[in-house]
Amino acid sequence: MGQVAVETTNLTKIYDNFTAVDGLNLRIEEGEIFGFLGPNGAGKTTAILMLLGLTEPTSGAAQVCGYNPTREPLKVKRIVGYLPEKVGFYEDLTARQNLRYTAELNKLPREEAEERISDLLATVGLSQVADQEVSKFSRGMKQRLGIADIWVKEPKLAFIDEPTVGIDPEGIDDILNLIQRMAKKGITIIFCSHQLHQVQRVCTRVGILAKGKLVAEGPIDRLGRQTVGGGRYRIEAQVAQLQPGLIKSIKRVKGVIEIESSGNSLLISCDKDLRGEIAKTIVASNSPLLEMKIEEYSLERIYKKYAREA
Amino acid sequence: MYAVFQKELADHFNGRRFVILFALAFLAAIFAIYVAFYNIRSVVTPSTEFIFLKLFTTSGGTLPSFLFFISLFIPIIGIALGFDAVNTERTSGNLSRLLSQPIYRDAVINGKFLAGLAILAIMIVSVVAIVAGLGLRLIGVPPSSEEVLRLIVFVLISIIYGAFWMALAVLFSVFFNRAATSMLASIGLWIFFFFFMSMIAGAIANAQIPIDQNSSVALIAKHYEVEGAIGRVSPCALYGEAVIALLEPQVGSFNPALMMISTLAAGRMLSPLPFSQSLLLIWPQLVSIIALAAICFAVSYIRFMREEIRSI
Repeated sequence: MGQVAVETTNLTKIYDNFTAVDGLNLRIEEGEIFGFLGPNGAGKTTAILMLLGLTEPTSGAAQVCGYNPTREPLKVKRIVGYLPEKVGFYEDLTARQNLRYTAELNKLPREEAEERISDLLATVGLSQVADQEVSKFSRGMKQRLGIADIWVKEPKLAFIDEPTVGIDPEGIDDILNLIQRMAKKGITIIFCSHQLHQVQRVCTRVGILAKGKLVAEGPIDRLGRQTVGGGRYRIEAQVAQLQPGLIKSIKRVKGVIEIESSGNSLLISCDKDLRGEIAKTIVASNSPLLEMKIEEYSLERIYKKYAREA
Repeated sequence: MYAVFQKELADHFNGRRFVILFALAFLAAIFAIYVAFYNIRSVVTPSTEFIFLKLFTTSGGTLPSFLFFISLFIPIIGIALGFDAVNTERTSGNLSRLLSQPIYRDAVINGKFLAGLAILAIMIVSVVAIVAGLGLRLIGVPPSSEEVLRLIVFVLISIIYGAFWMALAVLFSVFFNRAATSMLASIGLWIFFFFFMSMIAGAIANAQIPIDQNSSVALIAKHYEVEGAIGRVSPCALYGEAVIALLEPQVGSFNPALMMISTLAAGRMLSPLPFSQSLLLIWPQLVSIIALAAICFAVSYIRFMREEIRSI
């Protein structure tokens, strides 16, 4: 168990009669890339704003890196970076000037800041255009500049809100790689998105928010088993010819719960990953094994299920 | 806050807006000095005191004086410096980024306001300095120490007056999300105060206390008093009265009725008021302008500080 980066207890925000965040209990450890999922208007941004101390919670409490964001917003903002969804820069300043301003607002020593800015511009691949006005930048470039912008203050924790909206696939790749690089430097990342395959690619753990409530939380594969497979592993096997007695002998394998067959394919539910044992059984029964795979729980299915329920 | 101030100041200096405003102000100064130079002889008699101040107040028939120009330009400059202070930050997506930095929220609005004030001060001081410098060269009469004092106070009042318009524009920029709306609102209010308020005051005074040629002096005085009092709702009128009292000490009072009565009573032109008396005379105007600026700033400050930040 690592150090706790974010912990909330019953965090609630009510905007005149509308509950944006409803009793959120969240625990995020240092070094994680936490995927914060949910449909538009589920309360993701509101939750982040409360964690940053930009909005006061109606009730409940939050701790960010040991500080209370409502009481000590400056301390939180010093160690937390926030890349908002609709990030903007001063269009008539250059990329470097924009970062310099952020560095000044964070009271970084000038020389150190200059060095860091140059390094970061190289990291995000904007060295070539560092001294061009931001108004000439594409969306992808601005988004990468945004990542450099939160990186300048070397935060412990970074909130990244929908960083890939409206960006071409190559740009998305760049951004996801940068996020992973940040995480490798020891920055805890909270990645807000509804682009599920992207979340699946980078996140170690996800939380799904629907109508202000956290409906599911955990590593993606565990969530999948819980929600879609009823907590089981599902193994699909295809054989060239189904020998009589095979189904019975598979059923005898310890851990297998249920088995369905249709034609030459078998769908086996079991309470752990039994691919090895099942393959052995099939081969021993003289039915040539053509294909075998364990069902992967795509985040999409998990997500859709919760979105429907909510 | 210093970082915000510095950045805003640099932005102003680099911006086209600054160049345009400065060019306009300089043009006005040059034109005003031209007008003053050609007409100053006709207004100056051997007994005239404060010749140097005449540079700023002399108009030539239909050609307006420096005072007219500056009272026209200060609101425009103030509005131009403030109308997009907060809303552009918001619409461009910079505000949320800015507010997630470790600064107090008021540092943003304070820094912006101070930077605007600095620009305003630079503009007004330099324009007055140009008129004074060129004038000195052209008419060859050096200013007396009292004239210098009066000019310094004039510059200060002008800066405060500009600060009021800027505070008003900042106020609108906090309330209206679109820069164009807040600019129109500020300009509209300025036009109302500058052009229409005096007309409205006149109309109300006419309705309340009608006067004609046969009216008694007391009635006429009352009429002008009412008109003046209503007109003073407009900050433009307050500023106008203050600067006239400062720069034309001979006139002594901005109240035409009072002036007429005292002229009649004494049977002679008023002698110029001493500086301390002029200052005393404009004190209410000065305090009102400061109060208006402070109120505008305070309201925008409070609104900005309390604003719920939602999905920004």
